[in-house]
Amino acid sequence: MTINTPNGFTLDNTGKRIVVDPVCRIEGHMRCEVNVDDQGVIRNAVSTGTMWRGLEVILKGRDPRDAWAFTERICGVCTGTHALTSVRAVEDALGITIPDNANSIRNIMQLNLQIHDHIVHFYHLHALDWVNPVNALKADPKATSELQQMVGPNHPLSSPGYFRDVQNRLKKFVESGQLGLFKNGYWDNPAYLLPPEADLMATTHYLEALDLQKEVVKIHTIFGGKNPHPNWLVGGVPCPINVDGVGAVGAINMERLNYVSRIIDQCTEFVANVYIPDVIAIGGFYKGWLYGGGLSGKSVLAYGDIPENANDFSADQLHLPRGAIINGNLNEVHDVDPRDPEQIQEFVDHSWYTYGEPGKGLHPWDGVTEPKYELGPNAKGTRTNIEELDEAAKYSWIKAPRWKGNAMEVGPLARYVVGYAKGHEDIKNQVDGLLRALDVPVNALFSTLGRTAARALEAEYCTRLQKHFFDKMMTNIKNGDSNTANVAKWDPSTWPKEAKGVGMTEAPRGALGHWVKIKDGRIENYQCVVPTTWNGSPRDSAGNIGAFEASLMNTPMARPEEPVEILRTLHSFDPCLACSTHVMSPDGSELTRVKVR
Amino acid sequence: MSQIETFYDVMRRQGITRRSFMKYCSLTAAALGLGPAYVPKIAEAMETKPRTPVIWVHGLECTCCSESFIRSAHPLAKDVVLSMISLDYDDTLMAAAGHQAEAALMDTIEKYKGNYILAVEGNPPLNEDGMYCIVGGKPFVEQLKMAAEHAKAIISWGACASYGCVQAASPNPTRATPVHKVILDKPIIKVPGCPPIAEVMTGVITYMLTFDRLPELDRQGRPLMFYSQRIHDKCYRRPHFDAGQFVEHWDDENARKGYCLYKMGCKGPTTYNACSTVRWNDGVSFPIQSGHGCIGCSEDGFWDQGGFYNRLTTIKQFGIEENADQIGMASAGVVAAGVAVHAAVSALKRAQKKSQDKVED
Repeated sequence: MTINTPNGFTLDNTGKRIVVDPVCRIEGHMRCEVNVDDQGVIRNAVSTGTMWRGLEVILKGRDPRDAWAFTERICGVCTGTHALTSVRAVEDALGITIPDNANSIRNIMQLNLQIHDHIVHFYHLHALDWVNPVNALKADPKATSELQQMVGPNHPLSSPGYFRDVQNRLKKFVESGQLGLFKNGYWDNPAYLLPPEADLMATTHYLEALDLQKEVVKIHTIFGGKNPHPNWLVGGVPCPINVDGVGAVGAINMERLNYVSRIIDQCTEFVANVYIPDVIAIGGFYKGWLYGGGLSGKSVLAYGDIPENANDFSADQLHLPRGAIINGNLNEVHDVDPRDPEQIQEFVDHSWYTYGEPGKGLHPWDGVTEPKYELGPNAKGTRTNIEELDEAAKYSWIKAPRWKGNAMEVGPLARYVVGYAKGHEDIKNQVDGLLRALDVPVNALFSTLGRTAARALEAEYCTRLQKHFFDKMMTNIKNGDSNTANVAKWDPSTWPKEAKGVGMTEAPRGALGHWVKIKDGRIENYQCVVPTTWNGSPRDSAGNIGAFEASLMNTPMARPEEPVEILRTLHSFDPCLACSTHVMSPDGSELTRVKVR
Repeated sequence: MSQIETFYDVMRRQGITRRSFMKYCSLTAAALGLGPAYVPKIAEAMETKPRTPVIWVHGLECTCCSESFIRSAHPLAKDVVLSMISLDYDDTLMAAAGHQAEAALMDTIEKYKGNYILAVEGNPPLNEDGMYCIVGGKPFVEQLKMAAEHAKAIISWGACASYGCVQAASPNPTRATPVHKVILDKPIIKVPGCPPIAEVMTGVITYMLTFDRLPELDRQGRPLMFYSQRIHDKCYRRPHFDAGQFVEHWDDENARKGYCLYKMGCKGPTTYNACSTVRWNDGVSFPIQSGHGCIGCSEDGFWDQGGFYNRLTTIKQFGIEENADQIGMASAGVVAAGVAVHAAVSALKRAQKKSQDKVED
């Protein structure tokens, strides 16, 4: 059957059905089904979130000052970003402002997460879609060294001996017959295009990045005590600053600040000397493979983040841009208002929830979710052994959020498209530079490769911002301001009887919002609409397909039974499924079981 | 199979001499209370062992355990994965997906029956016939049971697998259930924490590989070497507790001096973990050092213990200290319960532990 979706895609589910479950190298659990025509081209795509944890129902009745810790556990990969969103939502509801140093430290932590997450995503979750480590065994270490010195001349690890050592180690690993993580990979699939030298260089950087990433997060450890899952605080940050007085070793002191400064430099060097050059080098070999654009050239959404000044979230004061683009009209960037009940709504007609009536969309402040797990009449298999889903019915644990009725893509590419369209100077310079380096037109941006490249550019931009906020904090301390927390409204007796607020951030994967209602000092309702809910959403009542689904459309597969191209495109979004599957139950009997303390 | 890189190879490759390697082995033996006779045995094991297959499955979780694992500084995560274990199935990191991933899993189980370690991150939800967590179209609990059947031992990573963690917090809508309540016939090592410390995770694994046995466990199944003392017992701010010097408000003068966080709700006195000794991310810091109290994330049911900023009121008393409320002369709004805090008198530790365990059992 052929269906034309309102957002401009032609779906045809008559061809061979291919199921990928589990989709690996992502956070959480996800399934994907596609139909391919007799040329092996994807003509229908179905993306399914296959987990549900119910965190929002758990939050009901709890102390709003504790909510950051609960929501932080939504995701351990983008660790901290939910916590930041949560403290912002609670502060918004209760009218709490934070000191300047707290704004700088929060920004440094959030930027640090972006950098870490983008590096780990590219090298450890995504690279194997482009890079073939087995092919690296055929590389000439000397030629690899030359390649390295050409693309990343400032990276010190570039000698032929260095690459020979890594290659020998890989060889031993492969010859042991225990392939571990590389077992059953698609290593002879023609979709891999890199020459052996580029494969060896990138595989070497896979290992370097694994060592580097554990250093990057130490900024979280210094300010938040640990990583993953550092500690946060409503009203500021929990770490005091003391550079002069008695007991300075119990606080952020000069030694700690130097430590942070060194890591900021380390991040900057790695991104500039390794990550960006790798993306350009790999991109150069794949620039003929520009599939996967999906919604990126049509409908993108960004909330914006990284406020220059504490407590000022106006769009022109944010370093990461805010705005929405619809219908592919890059000449008009719409303003986004998370409080407007008409703008952001979630639909559940194709999700395993019910609102009691079909076609209904709900704003997050009024959001409800009642789980309803059922397979459609055309599904194959059984309730507990799904062979094929029926996408005409309910088929995912992810809801379908829409902005003014539009399915939207969020994430680094969405942010960069919005920024580019708004004429954001840093973003424009970066993008134009990349397009020149790869010798591709601006439309090349709307692709799987564009998504991957935007992430790298953003990591580079974030390293500069990280330094900026470190310097800003140092200046502030120098001027005598050491404050890190505002405790005026810490005590719940100072709170209004009822309040509601919204917190927004740009998580590594895209626009993230938390909506909270507080009553009598306790959480009355809590809703999260997260990046992968936007990107991984199923169809909505009108039949619009979501960003993952759209991005897979019309992609040719070299070997349909080996899902390299599907993985490549899905991974370019950096899916995070534990984030995306959420719930708020309206079922009274369930809620009354929440202990109010 | 002579090509397999052993522990010894790894160390040599990293520039460690034979002499240092033997010294490492004897220190390891000493640290574990083994006599000198064990040194050659340890050395031999490390020199010749092929890599043990590990199957790493994921239920309801947030992947913080995997993220923590790759932060390990000693040993480095890359050395663990390339040279110490054979991570044959891990849906978070493996190259393959779908059918090819499932085939890798089945192949490993078949080939290494009884000889692989099963690492579990997250837990199975049992409501809705298990379909709140689906892998390969089926409930995760089925994959877990299948992988457990022929495992040599099971490691329950983190609070999720060990106790249930956040999705099992009241009212636990999915009936998220810890591993030991689903798998009843296998040795299970719990490595709790949200997440556990990276070097604790790799420490547990390398112990098992090195000595070919399970670490010594407490009654709850946690390795004694990392979980037998409270954070409070070894906290560097303990002298301030003993002296009655407390942080009264966030970012007050006392906070800037690094005083004790007990009054801000720190759960260090009731939390068994290695945070105040091993510390986090290569020893850089730990929550208390960075100014926030411990939230007790390695304890069973820590989400439902009455708020992270509420001061502990149920600590058992052992006598030498004054009541903290009396010492600190209460800040406003304090619930004046009969708060008492134990003393970490080392001779009493075992007794304390037992009574704690009884309460928790």
